[in-house]
Amino acid sequence: MNATPQLIGSSGDSLREAFGKSLVDLATRYPDFVVLDGDVAGGTGTHHFRKHYPARFYQCGIAEQNMVSMAAGMATCAMPVFVTTFAVFSLRAVEQVRLSVAYARRNVKIVASHPGLDVGPDGASAQCLEDLAIYRAIPGMVVLSPADPLEVAAATEAMLRYDGPVYMRSGRSPAQRIFETTPPFEIGKNRVLRTGSDVTLIACGKMTAQALAAADTLAKASISAEVINAASLKPFDHACLRTSVAKTGAVVSAEDHNVIGGLAGAVAESLAGGQPAPLETVGVRDTFGESGEPDQLNQKYGLTPAAIVAAAERVLARK
Amino acid sequence: MDLPQTELAVADLEKRALQARRLSLAMIYHAASGHPGGSLSAIDLLTVLYFQELKLTNAAFSNWKRPRFVLSKGHACPAHYAVAALAGLLPMRELNGLRKINRALQGHPHVGATPFVEASTGSLGQGFSIALGMAMGFRHRGENLPVYAMLGDGELQEGQVWETAMCAAHYRLNRFCAVIDYNKLQSDARNSEIMALEPLADKWRSFGWAVNEINGHDVPAIQQAFKTFAAETERPTVIIAHTVKGKGVGYMEDVPAWHGSVRLSDDNLIDALAACGVDRQGAAAYLSGAVFEEAQP
Ligand SMILES: Cc1ncc(C[n+]2csc(CCOP(=O)(O)OP(=O)(O)O)c2C)c(N)n1
Ligand SMILES: [Mg+2]
Repeated sequence: MNATPQLIGSSGDSLREAFGKSLVDLATRYPDFVVLDGDVAGGTGTHHFRKHYPARFYQCGIAEQNMVSMAAGMATCAMPVFVTTFAVFSLRAVEQVRLSVAYARRNVKIVASHPGLDVGPDGASAQCLEDLAIYRAIPGMVVLSPADPLEVAAATEAMLRYDGPVYMRSGRSPAQRIFETTPPFEIGKNRVLRTGSDVTLIACGKMTAQALAAADTLAKASISAEVINAASLKPFDHACLRTSVAKTGAVVSAEDHNVIGGLAGAVAESLAGGQPAPLETVGVRDTFGESGEPDQLNQKYGLTPAAIVAAAERVLARK
Repeated sequence: MDLPQTELAVADLEKRALQARRLSLAMIYHAASGHPGGSLSAIDLLTVLYFQELKLTNAAFSNWKRPRFVLSKGHACPAHYAVAALAGLLPMRELNGLRKINRALQGHPHVGATPFVEASTGSLGQGFSIALGMAMGFRHRGENLPVYAMLGDGELQEGQVWETAMCAAHYRLNRFCAVIDYNKLQSDARNSEIMALEPLADKWRSFGWAVNEINGHDVPAIQQAFKTFAAETERPTVIIAHTVKGKGVGYMEDVPAWHGSVRLSDDNLIDALAACGVDRQGAAAYLSGAVFEEAQP
C-alpha cells in the first residue's frame, strides 16, 4: 500500500512534521530503510511513518543507548536505519554513536527533534544547546541543520542517498517558510539565499529565517547583507563562506545553540583557516535555558533578527 | 585460506582450543600489553562457536546473509583473533601485529581490515546491542540466521545490557544467543566485591530469556548448549558459561591481576606455554615470533 503524497510545509508545519511526512514520501522509492523510535514518535514526526508503514517502524522503548547500537547492527543487513528521538535524549547515547555507529561507519541516520530553546516550556532539561558541537567532533559524522520544511524533505532524501552516519536536527515550532519549492540539497554544500556586499550573515535551522529578516532591516539602513544558509555544518562548505567573505570582509553567525562549538565554531574554524575576518556570534552564550514560550526565550537569550542586526553593526565597526 | 569446515570430534576441538591459548599468549607477549585472563576463559567457547556453529569461510563475508558473532567483551580479542586465524579467516602472520601501528589487529576489535570482526567494540555493553540489531535486521528481512554475542560477567553491570535483554525478549528473537563468560572476576576484583550479579540466572529468566547454565570449559556441554539454542522457538537464549579466568595457565587462574592490560615477560610466556603443553625448546618459536609464520602452528 502506497501512501498518498504528503503536503509538506502546509499550514505552519514544523520541521519535525516535515521530516515525518518526508519519510512517508520516500518510503516507496527507498524500500529498505527502517525507522527506530524511543517512545517519542508523537514528538519527532515519525508517527506519520508508523501509521503508513508499521512493519518498517520499530519501537525501542525509552532506551536510547540500545536503540543507537541496535541501529548499527541492523544497518549491517543492507538497510539504512533512522534513529529518531529528541536532540537532548540522543546525547544519552553519544558514546554509542561514536563507537557503534561512527567508528564502524554504519549507515545510521540520527534525526533529532526539539533542538535549542525552540523546545520552550519544557525547560532547560529538554532544550538541547550542545548537539551540533558534540556531533561535529565525532570523526566521519555528517551534521545537518536545515531551515525550512521543504529543505528538510530534500535533506532527508540526501541522507538516504549517502551511505554513512548522519546527524540531523529538525525543529519543534511551526517553521517559517523560506523556499517556494523543494530546494536542491547536497551534503557539504551551503547556499547563498540573498546576495550582499557589506556583511555576511550565516545561519542554520530556525535562525536562517531570522537572518533573512535581519538583512531586510539592515537594507533599510543601507547595509547590504549576504545571507548564507549553513544547513551542512559538517562537511562545512568553506568555499561558499570564503567567497562571500572575500566580498564582505565581516561575518555574523546565528544559531539556536551554544555559541561554543556549533555553527560559530565551524565558521570560526573556516575563517581562521583560510579567510580571516572579524566574526560576531549570535546564539546562547554558554548558559542553560529555562521554561517559557520560544518567542519569549528568543527575546531573552538574543535569538532575534534584532540581535543579528546588532551583531552586524558590531562586526562592521571592527572591519 | 577458505578451508571447508566439517563437524569435528571433541578431541579435535580441544586441540584447537589449546593452540588458540598458546597463540593468544604469544600475541599478548609480542604486543607487550593486552588482556590474557579474559581471553583464556573465553577460548573454549569461541572454539566451539567458530568450528562448529559459525563455520564461516572468507567467502561468506561478501554477503550480509551470514551467521554473526560479536565479541562484546572486546578486550578478549586476542582469543578471537587466534581462533579466527586457526579457522582460516585471518592470515596467521597478522597475529604478530596485534596492537602495533600500521597493522590490522587493533587493541580492541574494529570493523574494517578484518572481515570476521562484525562490530567495533571495547566499550562494554555496546556489542550486545549491536548483535541484537543484527538479529532484528535478519528478522526484518525474513532471514533465519543465528546471531551470537559474547559478554563478560562484569560487563553485565552496564545498564545497556539490560535494555538489550528487554528488547530481545519483547521481539521474541529466538535466533539470538548471548554467551556469558562467567569467570567471576572483572578488572579490579571479584564481581561479588565490585557489584554483585547473583542470582544471575533468575535475572535472565525474569527478563524472558531461555537460560542454560553450563561449564564453559566442557566442550560437549558447550556443543549441547548450542544445540538447545538451535531448537528454541520462542525466546532468546542466554548460555551462562561458568569459566575460570586465566584458564589453562595455573599461575593466572582466578587471579584478578592477570585481567590486563599486562606485559608478559619471557619467563611469564615460557611458564604459561609450559602449562599449555609447550616445552622450553618449543617455546623458542613463540618467543621469536616464528610461530606466526607457520600456516597451522
Ligand atoms: C564502558 C566500559 N567501562 C569500563 C571499561 C574498562 N574495562 C575493560 S575490561 C573491564 C572488566 C571487564 O570484566 P568482565 O566483563 O568480567 O570481563 P572478563 O572478566 O571476561 O575479562 C573493564 C572495567 C570498558 N572497557 N568499558
Ligand atoms: Mg569476568
